[in-house]
Amino acid sequence: MDKFIKHSGIVAPVDRVNVDTDAIIPKQFLKRIERTGFGQFLFYEWRFLEDGVTPNEGFEMNKERYNGASVLISRANFGCGSSREHAPWAIMDYGFKVVIAPSYADIFYNNCFKNGILPIKLSEEQVEELFQRTAQHEGYQLHVDLENKVLRDDHGMEIQFDLDEHRRQFLLQGLDDIGLTLQHEDKISAYEAKQAAKLA
Amino acid sequence: MAKTMFEKIWDNHIIHQEEGKPSILYIDLHLVHEVTSPQAFEGLRLAGRKVRRPDLTFATMDHNVPTKDRFNIKDPISKQQVDTLTKNCQDFGVKLYDLNTVDQGVVHVMGPELGLTQPGKTIVCGDSHTSTHGAFGALAFGIGTSEVEHVLATQCLQQAKPKTMEVHIKGKRKPGVSAKDIILGVISKFGTAFATGYVIEYTGEAIRDLTMEERMTICNMSIEAGARAGMIAPDEKTFEYLRGREYAPQDYDRAVEEWKKLLTDEGAEYDARVEFDADELVPQVTWGTSPGMGRDVTDVVPSPADFSTENDRKAAEKALEYMGLTPGTKMTDITINRVFIGSCTNGRIEDLRKAAAVVKGYTVHSNVEAIVVPGSGRVKLQAEKEGLDKIFVEAGFEWRDAGCSMCLAMNPDVLNPGDRCASTSNRNFEGRQGRGGRTHLVSPEMAAAAAIKGHFVDVRDWEFKEEAVTA
Repeated sequence: MDKFIKHSGIVAPVDRVNVDTDAIIPKQFLKRIERTGFGQFLFYEWRFLEDGVTPNEGFEMNKERYNGASVLISRANFGCGSSREHAPWAIMDYGFKVVIAPSYADIFYNNCFKNGILPIKLSEEQVEELFQRTAQHEGYQLHVDLENKVLRDDHGMEIQFDLDEHRRQFLLQGLDDIGLTLQHEDKISAYEAKQAAKLA
Repeated sequence: MAKTMFEKIWDNHIIHQEEGKPSILYIDLHLVHEVTSPQAFEGLRLAGRKVRRPDLTFATMDHNVPTKDRFNIKDPISKQQVDTLTKNCQDFGVKLYDLNTVDQGVVHVMGPELGLTQPGKTIVCGDSHTSTHGAFGALAFGIGTSEVEHVLATQCLQQAKPKTMEVHIKGKRKPGVSAKDIILGVISKFGTAFATGYVIEYTGEAIRDLTMEERMTICNMSIEAGARAGMIAPDEKTFEYLRGREYAPQDYDRAVEEWKKLLTDEGAEYDARVEFDADELVPQVTWGTSPGMGRDVTDVVPSPADFSTENDRKAAEKALEYMGLTPGTKMTDITINRVFIGSCTNGRIEDLRKAAAVVKGYTVHSNVEAIVVPGSGRVKLQAEKEGLDKIFVEAGFEWRDAGCSMCLAMNPDVLNPGDRCASTSNRNFEGRQGRGGRTHLVSPEMAAAAAIKGHFVDVRDWEFKEEAVTA
């Protein structure tokens, strides 16, 4: 996996609570057997009108000012519902590297790290402030520094964010966690031998 | 030290732990389906890895499969996904219950039926409703595809230890009030994220009173409360349910003795506790686009002004708009044109019996298209043995083959825009059952009654035409 150290990018808003993974990537697109190519279907039913091709102008993220955005801000309980990893795949493939919300559903949160996406948790007030600044300044950008766990904008804002140290290292070093687990192969084998003996 | 059931199971499965890092946890049972596994198997191939324990890995196809003319998968991408699972299972030596076997079905219906699901096990599947298996006193949770690959390769997972929560359901529910109403009631009361970061243990008289299948309904929707997993302590009902099943332990009495040791010790502490009263509970109907947006069937559709925060008011407004509902409308005045009875929440034999008891002697309303989708081939067979299929078909329901079907509508069972559906499934998200489709989550009894009347009714007042169908 690629390392995540620093990132700067345009911010795009999805102003809803409880954004579920069905909304992030609807089921009809879960049939692919690859990990790539899901970005075109991100927020499909919100982004496009019923014909599936005409952009829905009512969907904030479709505005030209958010073209090329790579930081997504949203509200509480982001990524709830289905465990589909297609959701972070779609977010990533569309071009987002960072998601910011007050809270996340567990499985989605975990899936992000496996794909080199940084999900940042901020307070409701801080997220509200980001929504306002995003609306206020066209081309609003955030600069994320994972080494120092700091978020900055170009208008004097600086926010320190919190992140579990192991997860931070995981992204900073772009680790392969299957490889990490397999370093304990002897212990896994010993456990299996013990279990087999119990059943015998 | 006194331990909760969760802590005992967790501790029994620790391979390795280090301060500040997630624990490496051994996984006893890995269930696999066609949607969240292809990229995981591909990952193994690319890395030259094998499935470490094919004997602990079991697969079925459920999400994509058509529920009529099932061998003829018309969507070529669906077919490719199903065929890919078949090939992956062959290549990696994984046992597959495919469409040719009677055991094929929704993965969370199949596991318990085969006796694979057992107390004390760690169980994972690339599916959020894996929480279902917690009904047996197992630690069962959904994982993403990267983790599916991790388990295939190592039979382990890296997991940070979740916190524990006791959800105590006291009292006795009244006739006509189902397990589904309990869990919908809990989620409506406490919200869709109240258990995020926690493993729930459900306790209390109302839980002990439930059958195994009802317990599965409760644990199934733990994820809709945000929980990592939901569990219920095993008891005689659990041991009776599993006795004699294909994968039940050989030395059953010894296993039962071990399972009895799993119960939460007296004096053990949970990190959080909430209480819910089953006594006053009435049947529930969701009105919005989140499982927490539910109300009593005797109530009315709420107004955004009823909510205390700006975000909740906005969410309610959006939900009402999507659902095409006006605040103040009586729940029982909401008319529906589709009914779906099935899913890993409510697609088991007892669910079908309860729905059939309501339907018997009635005819489906002329505006309604209603389907019954058994959770597995075995459920279907049993229902047919009891004549339930005839009751449904005579009333005007379609009787289908097993699969996930319209719970998530990956197969041809999809709502059309504007359709309004009484559904026994678990999620009422926008577009979940089809773009523009409107989903109301209810119990099987409530869905059956709505199919007959064409609108929601309080099933506690139902006039059963004949004696309830018995097993």
